[in-house]
Amino acid sequence: MALDLRINKYADVPMEEKQRLFDEVTRDERFEEYLYGCYECGICVASCPSARFYDFSPRRIAQAVAREDVDLVYTLMNDSIWDCSQCFSCDRCPRKNSPGGLITIMREVAVNNGLSSAQEALEGYGRIVYKIMGTGTQVSPDMLQPNAFPDWGPHVKDISDNLEIWRRALPPETLHTTETGWQVDDKTIIELYLIWHMTGVMNMIQEVDEGLYEILVDVMEERLEEEGYDVTFD
Amino acid sequence: MIPSETLVKQAKDRQFVQDPNKAPTEDIHDIIFQLEKEGEWEVQRVPEPYMEVKTKYGRIKKIPIEKTWHHKSCGQCGHIPGYSTSIFWLNRKFGYDYIDPSDQTSCTAWNYYASATSNAAAQAAVAMRNFAAAAETGYYPLIHCGTSFGHYKETRMQLIHSAELRRQVRDILARLGKKFVIPEEIVHYSEWVHAMRDKIQENQVRDMSMIRATVHPACHYHKLITEDVIYDPEIYGAQRTAIITGTLQAIGVDVADYSTWYDCCGFGFRHILVSRDFSRSFATQRKIEVMKKEANPDVVVTHDTGCVTTLDQSQFAAKAHGHEVGVPVLSDSQMAALALGAHPYKVLQMHWHNTDNTGLLAKMGIDPDKAWAEFEKALEKLKDGSQQYLTWEDTDG
Repeated sequence: MALDLRINKYADVPMEEKQRLFDEVTRDERFEEYLYGCYECGICVASCPSARFYDFSPRRIAQAVAREDVDLVYTLMNDSIWDCSQCFSCDRCPRKNSPGGLITIMREVAVNNGLSSAQEALEGYGRIVYKIMGTGTQVSPDMLQPNAFPDWGPHVKDISDNLEIWRRALPPETLHTTETGWQVDDKTIIELYLIWHMTGVMNMIQEVDEGLYEILVDVMEERLEEEGYDVTFD
Repeated sequence: MIPSETLVKQAKDRQFVQDPNKAPTEDIHDIIFQLEKEGEWEVQRVPEPYMEVKTKYGRIKKIPIEKTWHHKSCGQCGHIPGYSTSIFWLNRKFGYDYIDPSDQTSCTAWNYYASATSNAAAQAAVAMRNFAAAAETGYYPLIHCGTSFGHYKETRMQLIHSAELRRQVRDILARLGKKFVIPEEIVHYSEWVHAMRDKIQENQVRDMSMIRATVHPACHYHKLITEDVIYDPEIYGAQRTAIITGTLQAIGVDVADYSTWYDCCGFGFRHILVSRDFSRSFATQRKIEVMKKEANPDVVVTHDTGCVTTLDQSQFAAKAHGHEVGVPVLSDSQMAALALGAHPYKVLQMHWHNTDNTGLLAKMGIDPDKAWAEFEKALEKLKDGSQQYLTWEDTDG
């Protein structure tokens, strides 16, 4: 069994690189609303679900960023931030900090810069990203397959076996779909796709998952062509 | 652990005074209307007639009664569709006009909180595109998902405080040929159910007084922009949100307290999809088992997609490991629909839920076998091709 017991396993990453990422976090327009200081009261940790089951602490995140401990922030950005549940229970901080908000920014920076930890965290998640970016709905009825949710028991197989007929047994007309959560207009999906392009999200995807990026571009550009769009991207 | 009786006593004894003049936060309404005056955006007004409710610091929030544009939820529509169906059914029951749009995308916040493969500008543009689509119809957005609701409130706050973000998103919307329009209020469907609770009670046909429930308020409903959340001095002394509890009490359900009410459900956004061991453990050990031990409820009632899913689906594995679980999980819209006589399978679609809920139905005086047979009979018409879809008219029988 391999054990990595180095105190700082990212010691070989140049300090300039760690500082660059730290600066990217603090430059985010939301940053100053998310960090004011820390009483070290521990309320954020006490209310944090992830702290109960992982070696994770929202207080450690807030304090490391507040102390401008660039080295520790880099470590947390690689080893810790993906454990956060993003429930924002930590927002009950009496200093009005939002460790969950800081983590949102840190995750974005990790993805934007293609950190290997971000790529690992998103392994197995590509299908979900494809679904939301390509169809406009996050989960679909046909995802309910027994092999995908074995821990949910035989009930998933019941749904999977009866999916088509049970979807037709839903009175709202928009819910008869099986590949999307609801019926979404073609024009609407194209508008969503154009938003991803205009806001740089497609570049983020390319940074963390080149294969997923290629698939999304192929599928959506075919769709643009079918709908008669002639788009020039920057 | 503090006995729940002690916590309940404290909640009743203590009172939070809701005084808008002492609110520590700015009033969002003042700012969005000021920005409208300055030509920054249009504000879509809540259509009349509307109901008025009080938020945390005693400010008034307008809740539209009808002419609503239903901003659907990914998880509800995809995996627990009776949740959304019940919301529509309630509107139809009262004869209210609404739109169930197909020109609507997800808020995409589930993915954002799970993978961070997005950014503030994209999130705001998605929100404003949906709001523009609603405004084009003249109907008012009613947000089904707790995360969409919380995330849109966050997005609104960012747009209010960043002229650069407004400029960027306004430009994107213009290139899509859309207006830059923001709703006067961001309203969650459960706030509509709460506002309608007296009308629901007046039309109630099923006695619910034998039912004991525990309530799980969704994190993204009451922890994000907490000042824009319904509080009521008559419910928990305005110490915590009145949402769900107010509705259940109106229809006679016995709402029991438990010590971990503030804890999240364990959904975790990415965890429910790729690290479900965490979600299962938290949902059962910190929520369901605590509820069972302290309150022994017949049902857990909540008001968000992820909470219903996590609290319900997680119980199968926990039961297999001998944990003390087995409490059905429903939404407030489903409970309200049941109180008004809705069919448990044709309307509530309870067969999409996991934890055995037949005992709950039986306790309410509903024969689950008979109800299931009625649903299967309706399915026969779809199977033999005499009918393509189950219709709203079919739910009336």
